[in-house]
Amino acid sequence: MFWKKQLPIIIVFLSGVIMTVQYFVPLHASEFVFDNYIKWGISIGIFAAILGYFSFIRVHIMKITKKAPNWGYSIVALAGVVLMIVAALIDGTDTNGYYMKFYLYICASINATVFSLLAFYISSAAYRAFRARSSQAVALLLAATIVMLGRVPIGDYFSFWTHWGLPSFYDMAQWILNVPNMAAKRAIALGVGLGSLLMTLKLILGIERTYLGGE
Amino acid sequence: MHLSTDPWVWIAFFFTLSIFTFLWKDNFLYKLAENVTVGIGMGFWIVLWWNQTVVGQFWTPLSTDFGSNFHLIIPAIMGLFMITRIIPKYAWMSRYALAFTIGSGAGFGLPRVIQGGVLQQLYATLLPINFTSVGLGYNLIIIIGTLSSLIYFFFSKEHKGAIGGVAKLGIWFLMIGFGATFGYTVMARLSLFIGRVLFILKDVFGMHLF
Repeated sequence: MFWKKQLPIIIVFLSGVIMTVQYFVPLHASEFVFDNYIKWGISIGIFAAILGYFSFIRVHIMKITKKAPNWGYSIVALAGVVLMIVAALIDGTDTNGYYMKFYLYICASINATVFSLLAFYISSAAYRAFRARSSQAVALLLAATIVMLGRVPIGDYFSFWTHWGLPSFYDMAQWILNVPNMAAKRAIALGVGLGSLLMTLKLILGIERTYLGGE
Repeated sequence: MHLSTDPWVWIAFFFTLSIFTFLWKDNFLYKLAENVTVGIGMGFWIVLWWNQTVVGQFWTPLSTDFGSNFHLIIPAIMGLFMITRIIPKYAWMSRYALAFTIGSGAGFGLPRVIQGGVLQQLYATLLPINFTSVGLGYNLIIIIGTLSSLIYFFFSKEHKGAIGGVAKLGIWFLMIGFGATFGYTVMARLSLFIGRVLFILKDVFGMHLF
């Protein structure tokens, strides 16, 4: 019981208190603790990463051996891993080598396209979100429309009223982003900050123990 | 128009189109591109992890100056415990590594959360109010907006009467904030799409657009 439950709680408490105290103590020892905390974290991370790689490989090998639906794609995924390792071993990791070219022309291209694909889905989501069913939905619609028009040159082109000293779409978008949007974001940030503060305290004091696996 | 002669550009073009086929429906080409990027991405990170973390941050310090870096053995042992998660009987041993990471992470974050997440936000909200365009058009609205939005998230008291009115004002600020964020995100995604279209037109087909 002590080794499985109490010792981890003691480790959390001691490491938490030491790291909190070192922030407030301007001594060389604090710097030493901070520097080594970073190094220790990296060293633990090395083995945590092995766990992740093992999990990835196991999931795909299981799919292949069990001939699960779409198992052929698991071969492609595993082949991609092997290809990158072999490319790095043979050719190194220089910018002109195969390793970086595989990454830039395949992985980076696909990732950029996946994110650009969201332009279509976010547009259809906008159609649903921007329906003016209440006065608050109208506020959302107006804010979004002004921000969108304020981010493109055509917004300023349409802002004919600027001749009368009125703000352009760009100016209005900047004001919305910097004032009401900032106020809403700040309230959310304060909520997140207070929530994080309570969570860290609960962890250090041993109230929050879900990391023990529900025991 | 000059078609590209670089085979890498055509490979990127093939995978770009493969991803766009998802707009039609989930299909073989999309799934292929999806798994290719998963595999190559994982391979990329494995090589990076080996070169920069294992060799750079762990093996080199230990092999070149063991005397002043021997303490790295302790987190390495804790890290090895992490791998026991693979064996259910000994999985509990991974709690030591988790406990250290969670505890020190919480301790590391605690003063920084107070500093950056709470005090800095309060400091940035408590702005001077005076009868200038900045004082009334910016600072006063930020203070009212932040307070009313915070009251909207305060569920310990029922949203009735004055509290309810202020909370309703908070909803207005939140809706404007969500609208602005949504509009901003739509434009960011569209600019990414324009970037891919420009890649096809300029890099693949060699069009001189502007």
